[in-house]
Amino acid sequence: MTRTVLTVDDSRTMRDMLRMALAGAGFNVVEAVDGEHGLEVLSAHRPDVIITDINMPKLDGFGFIEAVRVDDDYRAIPILVLTTESDPAKKDRARRAGATGWIVKPFNPEKLVDAIRRVAA
Amino acid sequence: MDELEAIKVTFFQECEELLADLEGGLLAMQDGNDDGDTVNAVFRAVHSIKGGAGAFGLEPLVRFAHVFETLLDAVRSNEVPATPDLVVTLLRASDVLADHVSSARGLGDVDEAVSASMAAELKACTDPNAAPAPAAAPVVVEADAPVVEAAAPALIGADDALDDDDLGFDFQPMTITIDEQAADVAAAAGNVWTVSIRPKSDLYRKANETALLLRELARLGPIEATLDASAIPPLDQLDAEAAYATWTVRLETDEDENAIREVFEFVDGDCDLEITRGEAVASDDALAALLAGSAPAPAPAVIEAAPVIEAFEPAPVEAAPEPVAVAPVIKAAPAPVAAPAAPAPVAAAAPAAPAAAAKTQQIDVPGPGQSVIRVDPERIDRLIDLVGELVINQAMLAQRVGEYGIAPSSNLAMGLDELEQLTREIQDSVMAIRAQPVKSVFQRMPRLVREVANMTGKQARLVMDGENTEVDKTVIERLADPITHMLRNAIDHGLESPEERKAAGKNPEGVVRLAALHRSGRIVIEVQDDGKGINRERVFGIAVKKGLISPDLQLTDEEIDNLIFLPGFSTAEKISDVSGRGVGMDVVKRSVQALGGRISISSRPGQGSTFTLSLPLTLAVLDGMVVDVAGETLVIPLACIVESLRPKAEEIRPLGPSGSVLAVRDSFVPLIDVGLTLNYRDQSPAATEGVVLLVEGEDGSRAALVADAIHGQRQVVIKSLEQNYQQVEGVAAATILGDGRVALILDVDAVINLRRRGPPLPSDPTLIAAE
Repeated sequence: MTRTVLTVDDSRTMRDMLRMALAGAGFNVVEAVDGEHGLEVLSAHRPDVIITDINMPKLDGFGFIEAVRVDDDYRAIPILVLTTESDPAKKDRARRAGATGWIVKPFNPEKLVDAIRRVAA
Repeated sequence: MDELEAIKVTFFQECEELLADLEGGLLAMQDGNDDGDTVNAVFRAVHSIKGGAGAFGLEPLVRFAHVFETLLDAVRSNEVPATPDLVVTLLRASDVLADHVSSARGLGDVDEAVSASMAAELKACTDPNAAPAPAAAPVVVEADAPVVEAAAPALIGADDALDDDDLGFDFQPMTITIDEQAADVAAAAGNVWTVSIRPKSDLYRKANETALLLRELARLGPIEATLDASAIPPLDQLDAEAAYATWTVRLETDEDENAIREVFEFVDGDCDLEITRGEAVASDDALAALLAGSAPAPAPAVIEAAPVIEAFEPAPVEAAPEPVAVAPVIKAAPAPVAAPAAPAPVAAAAPAAPAAAAKTQQIDVPGPGQSVIRVDPERIDRLIDLVGELVINQAMLAQRVGEYGIAPSSNLAMGLDELEQLTREIQDSVMAIRAQPVKSVFQRMPRLVREVANMTGKQARLVMDGENTEVDKTVIERLADPITHMLRNAIDHGLESPEERKAAGKNPEGVVRLAALHRSGRIVIEVQDDGKGINRERVFGIAVKKGLISPDLQLTDEEIDNLIFLPGFSTAEKISDVSGRGVGMDVVKRSVQALGGRISISSRPGQGSTFTLSLPLTLAVLDGMVVDVAGETLVIPLACIVESLRPKAEEIRPLGPSGSVLAVRDSFVPLIDVGLTLNYRDQSPAATEGVVLLVEGEDGSRAALVADAIHGQRQVVIKSLEQNYQQVEGVAAATILGDGRVALILDVDAVINLRRRGPPLPSDPTLIAAE
């Protein structure tokens, strides 16, 4: 069964990079451009895994993760936080919000797929 | 193009947008608009550039962006106040960042000295007291670094946090006491580890799964997992959200401890984890027995250990491959949501589902951004070409039908009318696809103004208006140069120095206004300054001195102002760094005219000048008057035509050896025979036999063009002559008419100028006779 990954990032470049890496690994990719949009796409596509950026307009990554985690329908979906922040405080905050794991940008496709494998049933 | 290259192209496009956002945000902050959203947007712009640049390994760009980002992060968290001075620094930094982007793109170089000093300045702003922060952003280093936190141990105590730069983890042998027997076993079995995992409920709240952890461990080598379910309370006391189980895993692997720890990276702190080398010291006989009866690798789930759970364990939803055989057990006990064993929350959530699905319908379309689809411009160009052909074809069809003398009220003619309507609508719609706001050009201008003001020692503030005015893409691309020149000119020649302005009682900071608007089917660009205005006496003097005009010429103020567009005119007393370099306003004027545009200037002494540039909205179609000249069909752009008339003999006066003028009301305008000018014929017929079209050139000068007959007015599709043949003087382009014939589109200004330069043919008999 093809798994669907939702990527949430305001950067087109990053969305394209993710799509390339994920599609190359056989995932079905759906995209959103910020947290608000992410919540909409979430209900439309019911992804198996979510990858989200932190710094985004409208609803940032923290807010997005929190919103997913309080929704009974979606709270069991693994969420990977994708960020350039090497700042541990940001990562901790993302974890407190309910992030399942994280990927440090820049990533290579193997690292990305590896992280998904680790959190996806 | 390789996929990564394509993404790189996207990245640079995005960089352009982000740089524009950055500058826009900073300018908003400069205007005192520094609410949190603006600062955040500014931060994100730099952050995203850095992120993308990191992905492509564009190190100098990453480094500079990192320093910039660090400062912006401090600004948005209010650690560094956004003073006006700081914003000015940030604006300059945004210029350097733009240079870095161009350089990464291979479109120019970064001045290393400027970049380095800018970076130092940014660092100083970030933390005025501290020694310079480490220059190199660690981001690039992270590229291949194993995720660092992998090694951060949970409870084991070897708590030495790893440095970001620490790429390979040194293996620290655990100092644990193992009894000799266990050591022997380990030696015999290779490396045997015992991993004890006690998940906390937080682990499940974050959608982590013990089953997946076991699966990951199984990737390192054969495992035997044992569940200690003794802590699970009776069903009536069971909290579905709580975690009760403890797993003990026997792992055989050649990997080191770090590899094992890495499996638990994401659940660090969310489970009690113990990793010990060697066999578990099984005090419990039952456990030992279980271990002995191990299932085959990789993931022998020892579910017998959990009989209680099995009782209420429904079939797993998704039968995942082998390792997950363990899954049902785990899920049943502690997993909060995913577990099919916990039907209550699922049922509760069910009503929410339709609502969510309903929301779905809308979201597929609206991307929150502006541009939703990206289309290769070539496809649109092709479409526009095709629609152009359709227009021509439709005209041909109409002409054929007309030739058959079919009544206008007939079904055929009416259908044809409808077709014409539709064709027009399609054409407008297609042109609208290619229409873009002039913003893309305007947004480059604030930087230009800053730089020019810097170089000339002026203080200038740019005010922009109508950035969203739309115009055909082909026109937009050609707006940049004229606007650049007009702005340079406005600052360099228009604005006074701050001292002069103060002396004149003005604000030392000059204001330059750049505006775009639609006016009667054209786009108008205005560049207005509040400077000293044109010194008409001096302009007139220079024009006379340079031999451009005769000293006794009587000119209106407006005419004098427009003298600056004459070729060879330059008012700068000294060639300045900016406006000099041989590009005068005459060049601007010519390039504007080549686009079918006009440019003019008006000025009020002491109050400033206004450049007005008008261009057609598209370079693809044109409304024209179709005329006959010496048996040829020509199209004269309607925008140039003031009126058409049939001259009477007494209105025509000879002037000079070969010329004549036409009296139109109170003035005389030169009479130009188009046929003669384009060399269609040697001898002009009497003007009274033809039709005269009164036209106005870009500079406002008028002329009366003589043609043989007028066919009427129609929209024509412009076909470039240069692309298909070569440039011809006096001809702007060509088109295909309804009957399939090619007609030339007249370049009215060129025709007037050809005339002004005098008769083109030295062999002209009248000229020789006159001498």
